[in-house]
Amino acid sequence: MSKYETVIGLEVHVELATKTKIFCSCPTEFGQDPNTHVCPVCLGMPGALPVLNKLAVEYAIKAALALNCEIPRFSKFDRKNYFYPDLPKAYQISQHDLPLAVNGYLEIEVDGVKKKIGITRVHLEEDAGKLIHAEFGDHSLADYNRAGVPLIEIVSEPDLRSPAEAKAYLEKLKSIIQYTGVSDVKMEEGSLRCDANISIRPFGSSEFGTRTEIKNMNSFKAVERGLAYEVARHTEILNSGGQVVQETRRWDESQGKTFAMRSKEEAEDYRYFPDPDLVPVVVDPAWVEEIRQTLPEMPDSRQERYVSEWDLPAYDAGVITASKAMADFFEATVAEYSDAKAVANWLMGDIARYLNAKELEISETKLTPKHLVELLKLQDDGIISGKIAKTVLEEMFNSGKMPAEIVKEKGLEQITDEDALTTIVDEVIANNPKSVEDYRSGKEKALGFLVGQVMKLTKGKANPALVNKLLRKKL
Amino acid sequence: MLTQLTLAEIVDKLAKKEVSAREVTEAALARIDEVEDAVKAFVTQTRDAALSKAAQIDAKRLNGEEVGPLAGVPMALKDNICTKGVRTTCSSKLLNNFIPPYDATVAELLDEAGSILLGKTNMDEFAMGSSTENSAFFTTCNPWDLESVPGGSSGGSAAAVAADEVFFALGSDTAGSVRQPAAFCGVVGLKPTYGRISRYGLIPFASSLDQIGIFTKDVRDCALVMNVIAKHDPRDSTSVNQATPDYINFLDGNVKGLKIAIPKEYFVEGINAEVKANIHKAIAVLESLGAVAEEISLPHSEFGIPAYYVIAPAEASSNLARFDGVQYGFQAEADSLQELYENTRGAGFGPEVKRRIILGTYALSAENYEAYYVKAQKVRTLIREDFEKAFAKYDIILTPTTLAPAFKQGAVKDLVSMYLNDICTVPTNLAGLPAISVPCGFVDGLPVGLQLIGKPFAEGTILRVAYAYEQNSGLPKRKPALRAKGGTVDE
Repeated sequence: MSKYETVIGLEVHVELATKTKIFCSCPTEFGQDPNTHVCPVCLGMPGALPVLNKLAVEYAIKAALALNCEIPRFSKFDRKNYFYPDLPKAYQISQHDLPLAVNGYLEIEVDGVKKKIGITRVHLEEDAGKLIHAEFGDHSLADYNRAGVPLIEIVSEPDLRSPAEAKAYLEKLKSIIQYTGVSDVKMEEGSLRCDANISIRPFGSSEFGTRTEIKNMNSFKAVERGLAYEVARHTEILNSGGQVVQETRRWDESQGKTFAMRSKEEAEDYRYFPDPDLVPVVVDPAWVEEIRQTLPEMPDSRQERYVSEWDLPAYDAGVITASKAMADFFEATVAEYSDAKAVANWLMGDIARYLNAKELEISETKLTPKHLVELLKLQDDGIISGKIAKTVLEEMFNSGKMPAEIVKEKGLEQITDEDALTTIVDEVIANNPKSVEDYRSGKEKALGFLVGQVMKLTKGKANPALVNKLLRKKL
Repeated sequence: MLTQLTLAEIVDKLAKKEVSAREVTEAALARIDEVEDAVKAFVTQTRDAALSKAAQIDAKRLNGEEVGPLAGVPMALKDNICTKGVRTTCSSKLLNNFIPPYDATVAELLDEAGSILLGKTNMDEFAMGSSTENSAFFTTCNPWDLESVPGGSSGGSAAAVAADEVFFALGSDTAGSVRQPAAFCGVVGLKPTYGRISRYGLIPFASSLDQIGIFTKDVRDCALVMNVIAKHDPRDSTSVNQATPDYINFLDGNVKGLKIAIPKEYFVEGINAEVKANIHKAIAVLESLGAVAEEISLPHSEFGIPAYYVIAPAEASSNLARFDGVQYGFQAEADSLQELYENTRGAGFGPEVKRRIILGTYALSAENYEAYYVKAQKVRTLIREDFEKAFAKYDIILTPTTLAPAFKQGAVKDLVSMYLNDICTVPTNLAGLPAISVPCGFVDGLPVGLQLIGKPFAEGTILRVAYAYEQNSGLPKRKPALRAKGGTVDE
């Protein structure tokens, strides 16, 4: 056991899903041809001026409220000055000392222990463009489609005590933001990005150790790995009598290591000052209340309700409510099918596997609650076996056809006709004398093989219980 | 001569079809041909576009179609006001080849009103200066004495109007850049309230101080241009959504009972005795019309220049950061990104611009921010409060526009003396107030100006008082001789 306590704070950037950019009316759509969604404002042409998108403020407030933040009446925009070719104005419009929201928290659960993690602030800012470094030649290309897309930056208190807690925080944060609907929160499309500050200190110490900031962690897994790497690195330095250097480090996913980017001394002075092109944001408390009314039920509350209302294990309820789409699907399904645990098993099992493999939300597929209800009923009525049900599920994902239709089209109904099965059972017994012998001499396992042979001949459609019964009788 | 007429007079002639837009435009272009070599007001001329616009206006008028209130009137824009398809340089090497793909809101409004752009006027580079000597291209000459400066930074616009090359022109005023050249060139120069005229498309120097202003031959003309460009603009967050009156209605000459404040801080050390005498004559004219003048104190005015030289460079250091050679404008040869920035900005900016960028960067740095930027903002608040107190009691504040008439080109060598040119005008920018400079006579054959400062959005009041003074000043109507002084001026 290490003698050091880990202290982690996270800075998370989330792209807001407004239709237009934060300071102009260009579309925010992802994946378009380079420099097609630009105008003098987001290109930072001289003389062009920013005008704040009210919906971006509304979305930011909505996210902040979901994170239990206070919304001060007065906030303002500042310029963060630095040179980089992806930043057309050579400053980013952000919020420095008076952010849109402060003093929030969210709750995480790690190893069965619940913990509140403080959220220092949530502020609004504009995204930068993207540089594409040419594979050949010595130049870089700039795409400003992303320049001016609204972002919120969510800064946590240094309340996280392990990489696992950091990962749990991110998962919860993603889930909450997704519930509010203000962002797609897709790390792979860059709509959620995370930087981490980490330090360690002897247990019992109230002072913080020297921290490092870690960048370029592009998945939740990478955040956990990067932080674990830093904990080990800090620990080794301190154990060998050394001192941690305050610096920014870059996580290299393929090497599984962090590398120094710049020291504290090299850190830029952003020369923040209030942006004179924008007026202060004065938020009417009545508007905040209006926005609060539009918040859906949050995952924590849903989880509790699933346990009390549907008798789901807390674990199952947690997994299902992590995604709003999944939770909505669950509720719509159990409204027409009362065995909640069976529904949960499907959602957490084969359905989750499919979604993970395809990186899809359930709402992005052709599967609807009606499909699942019908499938479950077909199974209950003995029309299809559990194994066939999995085949039908895959077909539903592919074609969107209703399960009964698929079963009918493909002739997947379970064979429950005793006479028909008896013929096949007799055939199997005749063709496998060795296994028959084995079974009769007490090898129970041989029966399994014979059942398998029947299933093979019936293409999995035979009712397994009936096959068992018939085989035992014959043998 | 057509070009000697005022804007109001030429609008009238055009409306009565006594002249065509083509004739007026050709006359203005002929005047430019005649005097431009001496005055050097223009960086770019748009002659072909002007003539075809004039033809369009004439055709419309012939067909009885609606034409705008300024239809057929030649004008010029300071070269920091973006014009779609027309080079906009800020008189800087850095933007020497910059052709904006969009119009500034004022350019759009003036175009819709039917006025005809003859070209873009010279200025101090990025509006930093008081003489146009900081233009990267050439210095504009004062039409009253070609060896003197026209003032700045909007010197080209002021000289173009004074020399009858155009009927009106727009400039921008960050510390006095419209009023000081107006005073030096003997024309009317109005800087409206901050937020009254859209800044969209004005290449910024110091965004919290910049305001587009108007140069005209007289006060009535100024009201006519205000009627066109004083509009709320949703593209500028600092543009105020307030109804604008018809400014012509204020030109009734009635100043009876009007309370005028004369701040004593504007009449101290360094003021030219004859300038002072001219201002006192002007006060007497207004008093004779029934206005009441009293001396007051604006105690924080003296801190205006130091506060300005922190705030304006701070904003400029950020505003001018985008000129990095990446997207548009001048791009220097370089082997790395860092070199691209250094070489582009090193070769592209002139010395005064570099000086202010360095000054502003210093003032905004984390260790100096409180001591400079924050402190200067506090001074700014005190200056604004001085004005608020004065305006609780008075309708208007009257001061000289400058302490002396125009100086010879190259004569002002030390920076502080140059910076003090704005001493009478800078407090109003810090307070966001409207102010006008009206000609109030001559000193050594050079024009000087009277400044009238109003309450926020009280451009009407300013125009009323300026008009009353102009109509009753008893000053002879003069035109500049367009030669080096030593000779006399035409009477």
